[in-house]
Amino acid sequence: MTESNTEYAPANRSKFKKIDMGKIGGHDHSPAAEDLPSCLTVSNLNLYYGNSHALKDVNMTLPRQRVTAFIGPSGCGKSSLLRCFNRMNDLVDGCRIEGSITLDGADIYHRSVDVADLRRRVGMVFQKPNPFPKSIYENVAYGLRIQGINKKRILDESVEKSLQAAALWDEVKDRLHDSALGLSGGQQQRLVIARTVAVEPEVLLLDEPASALDPISTLKIEELINELKDRYTIVIVTHNMQQAARVSDFTAFMYMGKMIEFDTADNIFTNPAEKQTEDYITGRYG
Amino acid sequence: MKKDATIHSHHISQQFNADLEEVKANMLEMGGMVEKQLTDAIEAIITADSGLAQLVREDDAAINAMEIKIDEECNRILVRRQPAASDLRLVLTIIKTVNDLERIGDESAKVAKLAIELTEQGESSKGYIEIRHIGERVRKMVYTALDAFARYDLDAALQVAREDVSVDVEYSTAMREMITYMIEDPRSITRVLNVIWALRSLERIGDHAKNIAEHVVYLVKGTDVRHIGLSGLEEQVKGDL
Repeated sequence: MTESNTEYAPANRSKFKKIDMGKIGGHDHSPAAEDLPSCLTVSNLNLYYGNSHALKDVNMTLPRQRVTAFIGPSGCGKSSLLRCFNRMNDLVDGCRIEGSITLDGADIYHRSVDVADLRRRVGMVFQKPNPFPKSIYENVAYGLRIQGINKKRILDESVEKSLQAAALWDEVKDRLHDSALGLSGGQQQRLVIARTVAVEPEVLLLDEPASALDPISTLKIEELINELKDRYTIVIVTHNMQQAARVSDFTAFMYMGKMIEFDTADNIFTNPAEKQTEDYITGRYG
Repeated sequence: MKKDATIHSHHISQQFNADLEEVKANMLEMGGMVEKQLTDAIEAIITADSGLAQLVREDDAAINAMEIKIDEECNRILVRRQPAASDLRLVLTIIKTVNDLERIGDESAKVAKLAIELTEQGESSKGYIEIRHIGERVRKMVYTALDAFARYDLDAALQVAREDVSVDVEYSTAMREMITYMIEDPRSITRVLNVIWALRSLERIGDHAKNIAEHVVYLVKGTDVRHIGLSGLEEQVKGDL
C-alpha cells in the first residue's frame, strides 16, 4: 500500500520547474503499443471453424509486461484469438489457421514447436475455476511434478512462492494439504492462477477470470493482475467493460471477427477513434 | 467519427438516455436563466432601474440551487452508469459548464448591485455606452457558447474564443477612458469606480463564456484546449471544420 501524504505545505519554487508543460493537455501521452518491447505479434491472422470465418485479418502487437484486454460482444472472436496464443484451437476439429503469431519473435505455429512447452510458457486461466480434485499443495506442485521435479524442498519453495504471487498464501498456509475443492470460488480461481505461475510462464491468458466471482473476489483478482504484470505479459478477455477499464493498459475492441480498434485503455475509454467502439463501450446499438 | 448533439441517444438502456437528456436539458435551462439575469442586470444599469436590479439580486439564489441540483444529477449518473467515452465527456463538460454558469450568475448579481448604487448616486451616463456595448457582446458570447453546446458546434465555440480576445481589447480601451473621466473630475471618482467594477464583471463573464466554449471543444473532440491560447485552439479545431 502506498503511504498517503496528508500534510500540507506551500510548494517550493523548484516544484514548478518539474512540471513538463508539453505533457499536459491534448491527447493521452502514454506510449503506444508499437513503441514498447513486444511479446506477442499477430500478423494477418485468419481462423476458420469449418466454413465459418471466425477471425478476419487480425494484426496486432502485444507489449511485454503489460495488460491487454480484449472486449467485444459474444461471438466476436476474442476468446478464439486468446486461444490461438497457446494453440488451444489445435484441439478443435475443423479449425484452420492462416497467418502467423510470434512469441519473442519465434513463430508458435512452426512445426518444430513443442505444444506442451508452449503451453507452459503461455499459461491459461478459464472462466470457471478448475482446480484438480487434489490438495491445495498438489494443485500448485502439479506442473513441476510433470516436469519431473519431485524434490520436496524445491516444491515447497515453489508452492509458497506461487501462492504468495497469487495473493492466496496467507489464507491457505495452514491447510495446504486440505482439498482444493473446499476453497471458495474466488480462492479456487487464485489457486488456479498460482498453479499457472508455478511453472514460470511468460504470458498469462485469462479468459473471463472473474465472471463467476462475487465483487470482492473480483477485486482481488484485479489487484492480482496488477501485481502480476510486473513479471508477466497478461492478456485478458472480459465482458465487463469497467473491468477492462480498471485493469488493462491496452484495450482491443473486436467485432464480428475483426479487430476494430486497438489502443491505450485511456484512449479507448475516453475518446475512441471508431464509432463502433464508442457505441459498444457506451452501451448503444449501432 | 461524426459527432453531433444526437450522439447521446440510442443507448440500449432507455433510462440512461433519459437521464442524460434530462441533465443536458437542465443545464441549458440554467443557461437560459443565467442569460436572462445578465440581460436584466445590464438593462438595470443603463435604465437606472433599481427595482429590476433588486429582482436580479434576489433570483441569484435560484441559479445557485440549479447548480447544486445539476451537480447531484451528474454525481448520480457517474456512480450508477459509469459513463465512458462521449457520455463521460458529456457529464464532465456539464459539471464544468455549470460551474462557469454559476459564476456568470454571480457576476450578473454584482452588476445588479452596482446598478442600485449608481441609481442612488444620481444622474450621469458616463461610461454607459461602454457598459451597453461590452454588455451586449458578452451576452452574445454566453448565448453562442450555450448554443455551441446544444448543437455540438465547434465553429460557434471558436467564434466565442475569438470574441473574447476583442472584448478584452475593448475592456482595456474603456478602462483608459474611465481613468480620463476621473482625472478630469475627481468628484466623479466614486461613481466611475462603480462603472469600472461593472465593466470588470462583464469582462469576467466573457472569460467564463470562453471557458464554456473550451468545454464544448473537449465534449466534441475529446481534446483539452484550455490554456493554449486562441491560435492553439484554432489549430486544434481547424481540422474538423
